[in-house]
Amino acid sequence: MNSKFKIRNSKLRILNLVLYFLLIGFTLAVLYPIVNVLSISLRPADRLLSTSLKIIPEGATFDAYRTLFTQTPFLLWFWNSSLIAAAVTITGVALASTAGYAFSRFNFYGKKSAMVGLLVTQMFPPTMLLLPMYIMLLKLHLINSYFGIIIIYTSTALPFCVWQMKGYYDTIPFSLEESARIDGSTRWGAFRRIVLPLAAPALVITALFSFMTAWAEYVVAAQVLQDTSLFTLPLGLKQFEASMSTQWGLYAAGSLIVSIPAVALFLFLSRWLISGLTLGSVKG
Amino acid sequence: MRDSTANPVGTSNPSMSFWDSEKLSPNMFAYLLMIPAAVVMFGVVVYPFFYNVVLSFSNMSLRHFKDWHIIGCRQYAQVFSGKIFYTVFFKTIVWTFVNIFFHVTIGVSLALILNKRLFGKAAIRTLLILPWAIPQVIVALTWRSMFNYEYGAINLFIAHFLGMSPVEWLGKPLEAFSACIITNVWLGFPFMMTIALGGLQSIPQELYEAADIDGASAWQKFWSVTVPLLKPVMIPAITLGIIWTFNNVNIIWLVSNGGEPSDQTHILVSYVYKAAFNLYRYGYAAALSMVIFAILLTFSLVFLKRTRASEAVY
Repeated sequence: MNSKFKIRNSKLRILNLVLYFLLIGFTLAVLYPIVNVLSISLRPADRLLSTSLKIIPEGATFDAYRTLFTQTPFLLWFWNSSLIAAAVTITGVALASTAGYAFSRFNFYGKKSAMVGLLVTQMFPPTMLLLPMYIMLLKLHLINSYFGIIIIYTSTALPFCVWQMKGYYDTIPFSLEESARIDGSTRWGAFRRIVLPLAAPALVITALFSFMTAWAEYVVAAQVLQDTSLFTLPLGLKQFEASMSTQWGLYAAGSLIVSIPAVALFLFLSRWLISGLTLGSVKG
Repeated sequence: MRDSTANPVGTSNPSMSFWDSEKLSPNMFAYLLMIPAAVVMFGVVVYPFFYNVVLSFSNMSLRHFKDWHIIGCRQYAQVFSGKIFYTVFFKTIVWTFVNIFFHVTIGVSLALILNKRLFGKAAIRTLLILPWAIPQVIVALTWRSMFNYEYGAINLFIAHFLGMSPVEWLGKPLEAFSACIITNVWLGFPFMMTIALGGLQSIPQELYEAADIDGASAWQKFWSVTVPLLKPVMIPAITLGIIWTFNNVNIIWLVSNGGEPSDQTHILVSYVYKAAFNLYRYGYAAALSMVIFAILLTFSLVFLKRTRASEAVY
């Protein structure tokens, strides 16, 4: 009996060790590309193209970062991206918080089909709306304007945000509004002063999700923004990457700077994002 | 919009009859709340959708931009008569299947490991989520640079540690397609891992204890407790994952630089993107978009129905 347990125990230990190695292997595979970019961003300009696998390159320097901010339009792109992302965030929150409330609290004609319709939009291939939108923008002379791209991004983020706001409102008890209304509050007042503050966590998620939709998007931006002075960060980074031999370091430095806010936000919101995703898809 | 015999939620409850006393009917209020979102969705989703339908029956292209007219089903005929549609469709299926296969197997395996009591678990989990957190554009461009023939990290690794000759990742069709798949596997497994981890944590521990009492082996426990209880969580995630992967332009477009070499690495969506924005074949691209949408819609309906039916069996 005793020896049997021992065998089992040592077997278990070996299994655990194997699993640990597997886990560490995957973690390294995940980290390496990030380390690689970091390493390239530190290379001096004359050793950009090197075949060394050293993580801290010889003669490591922050020159790429300095050049990025002083000699390239990176700051302009950063400003453009921030502007677009901020506008998308504000419109996204305003539209999703009101529409989600209507979906949560009222039964009205067409409610169910509207909810399903929002889910179906997720199956559209990206070109399906982009092409007609692009042609419409061309005809309206709105190519190379932020208005067009802000509207497209907002509509991309909206279906998920409406579902997720509705899901959150559903958890807020109806009796709260009821008592507010007995105290003489209007319907809008009950929504604005009672429900909306309670839905703050969901509003934060909606805001972050809208922000991330707009912050580093390439496929739409590449068609709608063709004037270099209107470029957003992804378009600028792509330009650096295209001339790898001279601007690889700039690309690496830039992409790290662009990723940091996105990654930080994502890690912060991932918990809610996932529950929103599964909730939305299960209900659909 | 028409209305409205509809009632506010919970009118059956007498205490909520206050809604009726309002001057503005509750439905009117609901519509008012909906109007902003509805206007935007109508302007940028519904209207473009129907415009796309019209375009798909037209001859619009750069040459016929102003003088376009309806030409019936000719664009659809062109989609289905060209050999290219079938090869690209085949590649799309390979792309989707291989990606989802690895996303799910890697994701679920890692989730199973992370569900054990391990030292440093929280930190490792956070690190493993990173590929999902980094913007896709940056993931794609970074991997593209890592696949560079002379200076890319992948070939340097191959030469240093495996002692093999470097692979021409981006110059040959099969290699370039594999490069896209490797990139997408890297960025896609954390999603499945996170969903699976959530699912695993919701499985009640008593079930495993009961299985232990019945003398079940670890393997039996996995197949008769873990798998069936994980399934309802994973099915929607997999459906979503399939749709996302099928529709992912970013990775193919940026890793293979628009389908290089010589348009051999396209999947359907990147092929449409090219037809629309590099070749200006608007009518054709619109028709192909409709076909892709039809494929995805049919797939989702069938897949969800099938899996729901099989769930009832359990």
